[in-house]
Amino acid sequence: MAEQSVDDVIVPAAVLPETARLTWGGDEFLFVEIAEEMSLAANFRAMSLATRLASAQIPGIVDICPSNASLLVRFNPDLLAPDELASAVREHEAAAASEVSPHVDTRIIEIPVWYQDPFTAEVQARFRSGYHQRPEGSDLDYAAEVNGLETAEEFISRHHEEPWLVSMVGFVAGLPFLFQLVERDRQLEVPKYLSPRTDTPALTVGHGGCFSCIYSVRGAGGYQMFGVAAAPIFEPAQALPDFEEFMVLFKPGDIVKFRPVDEGEYRAIQAEVAAGTFRYRQVPFTFNVDEALSSPRAYNHRILEALHGA
Amino acid sequence: MALEIITPGLSTTVQDRGRSGYYNVGIPQCGSMDRYSSEIANALVGNDSGPGTGAAVLECSYVGPTFRVDAVTSIAVAGAPVEVKVNGEPRPQWARLELKPGDEVSFGVIKGGTKFCVAVRGGIDVPMVLGSRSTYVLGAFGGFQGRKLAAGDVLPIGVANGPLPHAAQLPENHIPRFTGPRELRVIMGLYAHRLTERGRALFLESEWTLTPVADRMGLRYDGPGVEWVERKQPFGAGSDPSNIVDAGYAVGSIQIPGGTQPIVLHRDAVSGGGYAMVGTVISADMDLLARSAPGTKTRFTEVTMDTALEARRTEARRLREAIASLG
Repeated sequence: MAEQSVDDVIVPAAVLPETARLTWGGDEFLFVEIAEEMSLAANFRAMSLATRLASAQIPGIVDICPSNASLLVRFNPDLLAPDELASAVREHEAAAASEVSPHVDTRIIEIPVWYQDPFTAEVQARFRSGYHQRPEGSDLDYAAEVNGLETAEEFISRHHEEPWLVSMVGFVAGLPFLFQLVERDRQLEVPKYLSPRTDTPALTVGHGGCFSCIYSVRGAGGYQMFGVAAAPIFEPAQALPDFEEFMVLFKPGDIVKFRPVDEGEYRAIQAEVAAGTFRYRQVPFTFNVDEALSSPRAYNHRILEALHGA
Repeated sequence: MALEIITPGLSTTVQDRGRSGYYNVGIPQCGSMDRYSSEIANALVGNDSGPGTGAAVLECSYVGPTFRVDAVTSIAVAGAPVEVKVNGEPRPQWARLELKPGDEVSFGVIKGGTKFCVAVRGGIDVPMVLGSRSTYVLGAFGGFQGRKLAAGDVLPIGVANGPLPHAAQLPENHIPRFTGPRELRVIMGLYAHRLTERGRALFLESEWTLTPVADRMGLRYDGPGVEWVERKQPFGAGSDPSNIVDAGYAVGSIQIPGGTQPIVLHRDAVSGGGYAMVGTVISADMDLLARSAPGTKTRFTEVTMDTALEARRTEARRLREAIASLG
């Protein structure tokens, strides 16, 4: 499967609209839509624009939130006129678009997941009739079926074998949206629940549309549920070493590799978390978007080598 | 100096002006929902109204708490109309109340709106988390132990940092309205172009009714529904025409999942998601949402950015004048 077809090659500039769509979210927010559809190129542009705006340190900008294929900027109109903000965004957008060999200094982080766990299974059973497309079977069975895969196990393999990019952090505190670094025709796509659940276990690994996510806290949710992550990703108490600096683990641009664990290992990790000794395996990595787009499989191989060489 | 909670009320939390700078990791701004009322309550007890997070107050929803103080202090209650009692005796709202050690404060039933706040001289002195004392219940941090208050909680009170104003009572003409219909001014945009012409007209020309699904996260309205333009959905967006590729949500933005009930997001809202927003309530009108009780008849009126900025200045001037009236 190492060979690369011509179809895999996508030039990022070609898939994005020439300029972003700027639209106001009231008198305190500017919404910058890079593209209507999700793509690695759109996400990378959003991140790059966010980084540029942040380093420009424009007085009056309050929050800069890159998301999957767009960017939301909060500003204080008493300090920064809307027109001035819009011109600044246009200026930085042009610079981001003309960037040669765009790259980001990020990291690869390994997330242990207990797939087909009893916690999400229990919640699935409670929210079936009226909530789910398939009253019989599990969310994984359904996900396998709509992706034309034989078994839930096959779907699980597809889910953890190739890495994912954190394309947005939000919804609730510290929740990562994850976009898999594979060609579009290999993306896993699963509809959300017909109606959102009022309950989702904390650390559920979910999936809706083309995005996976990890629910940082217990609560409402509409994504299909595949398993639970073994260690926290949001820790307001900041007791674990990985949270010493900040209570949120993920940043947009992080690369995530899921690693399946069984119940025994899940319990062992939980014990390490309780003892305050657990640390995520993570390594620094410079992510080059053109290389990732031109030969995803070869590039993912390099990502995994970097992670395991650590 | 401390304040002891005897009964917590329905949902009482510690709030200040809120938290900024962390929206990019999904941490909402939080802070008092009815900002004007909380600024007035703080001003009445001489809490500094300069820039920054401001003093933290107790924000009470529908049913207020009962609490006791252990020292001489001043409090003020502002917001939704409610009977205020000190040791069972009625006392005025929008006024500074002097308390002695052991005094017990309780509340009657609100007669409009949903929320009132209690400011204490010196402010509620819980630890700052990420630059604010506001409670983020979903994330379980900020405020008092990251949660709504419970019986037996003892809240530390800070040191007074400003002089008491001359007047002890806010003049009647500065008290806002907590009942009756609402007009919310909106800047249309975001994904408004995804509405059909009829859908847009339905949104802007219909009367909507606030449902009981209304809290610090958002407020859901009932009405005729809207219509979306049918299309082939872009890759990564959901299958419903009201779905978009998950994006950041502006505070005050209005989404209409499935095209049925508009939801206006407020200060504790989710920071992003996959529902198309059609516009945003202007900053000057965000307090009006906090003052709307379920059943409130509401209209959304389109305004321009210039009108929104003018309204923002008017609102700021109104607050300055109210505080100045206290002397």
